Amino acid sequence: MEKYVQGILAGDKRSTAKIISLVENDGPEKKRVLSQLYPHTGKAYIIGVTGSPGAGKSSLTDCLTKQIRKQGLTVGIIAVDPSSPFTGGALLGDRIRMQDHALDKGVFIRSMGTRGSLGGLARATKEVVRVLDAYGSDVVIVETVGVGQSELDIMDVADTTLVVLTPGAGDHVQTIKAGIMEIADIFVVNKADLDGADKVKTEVEGMLDLSCHGNGWRPPVLLTITRTEQGITDLIDAINRHKAHLESTGSFQQARKERLRTEVLEVVEHVLRARIHKSVEASQDIARLVAKVENREVDPYVAAEEIISVGI
Amino acid sequence: MSGEKKIRVLVAKPGLDGHDRGAKVVARALRDAGMEVIYSGLHQTPEQIVEAAIQEDVDVVGLSVLSGAQLTIFPRVRNLLDENNAQDIILMGGGTMPADDVQELKRNGSAAEIFTPGTPVEKIGNWIKEAVAGRDA
Repeated sequence: MEKYVQGILAGDKRSTAKIISLVENDGPEKKRVLSQLYPHTGKAYIIGVTGSPGAGKSSLTDCLTKQIRKQGLTVGIIAVDPSSPFTGGALLGDRIRMQDHALDKGVFIRSMGTRGSLGGLARATKEVVRVLDAYGSDVVIVETVGVGQSELDIMDVADTTLVVLTPGAGDHVQTIKAGIMEIADIFVVNKADLDGADKVKTEVEGMLDLSCHGNGWRPPVLLTITRTEQGITDLIDAINRHKAHLESTGSFQQARKERLRTEVLEVVEHVLRARIHKSVEASQDIARLVAKVENREVDPYVAAEEIISVGI
Repeated sequence: MSGEKKIRVLVAKPGLDGHDRGAKVVARALRDAGMEVIYSGLHQTPEQIVEAAIQEDVDVVGLSVLSGAQLTIFPRVRNLLDENNAQDIILMGGGTMPADDVQELKRNGSAAEIFTPGTPVEKIGNWIKEAVAGRDA
């Protein structure tokens, strides 16, 4: 593993890929490797791309990557697709849209299955971002699974979140619902050559007129056509403006700090949960109590209290 | 699901061959066998395939070849994998090809296995599981 950690820091792709697998598989040496990499992270700017299935997230990621590369910056891409809840298998197809960058030494693309996670990302996504950061990517683009309305994990990962919309997906009411419409730093109306793109823009602007923008940033609404790369330079400008806004208002450090706090608490939860499961499974009480619950002798809350009172 | 090693497979379509029905059927079957399958899309060069295999850290690369170019493509991909320090990635494939070519590719070490039309898809999944287990043993 030592060799792979050195490899990552020296910019070696195979080492980076191997360590990403270790992190994904929750391998025994994961913790040690991540602590070794941690001092080398925090430099990459993280862009999140989310939106419904087929909205054009992968194509947009491809276009963004092309522009960012023109500025001489390196790009890491994490593309998440769903794992089957039945077999655990997954078909990871985002890479198809990005194969033009396959031979570009300044681009690293990794596909991930969600592996049971429901928030639009894989559980290990945050850690894989760190690996790509340590590897030296200047920008990391995280593409979520095709989401519905409430898969919002990306907001805890990205510095700038793009929500990708398309024409013809519901009326004005959709824009005033809670959830995904609230997490955008930038709205992208993709496939803007289709009928109704202007209407979507107007509706989103209308929604934004009613929102308060406490942090002084009103999300812009941009039209793009990935096929012809129309609107992509404007999108890059908007991302840079958002970044500058975050930095000038101190929100950048603040947001990152809050995310780290959330992350530490998540790890605590994760470890405690695993510990609880282990100790409950090991004790005989659980079977006896479940039988009682089954016979309607006690309810689940009483059973849980009893387990907790015995001590975990 | 933590602590579990998942088999990752890159299903790739090399060269000037646009017929990917078979590749998609196999990709779907491997997904259903619990594997993470990365599909490359059409018209990939050997260099693109090998780069994708390395970045995705796959256990197996499966090439779908219906163009007749198998005797060129398989050795080229195998060599590139080896040159990039990825000797451990298993190369296999499938497609319409003469039995003599299949023998030749297996003999010269370019392909660990080739499946031709009529193969039940379960057989491919089972072969991959055994091959990966054998390698990691």
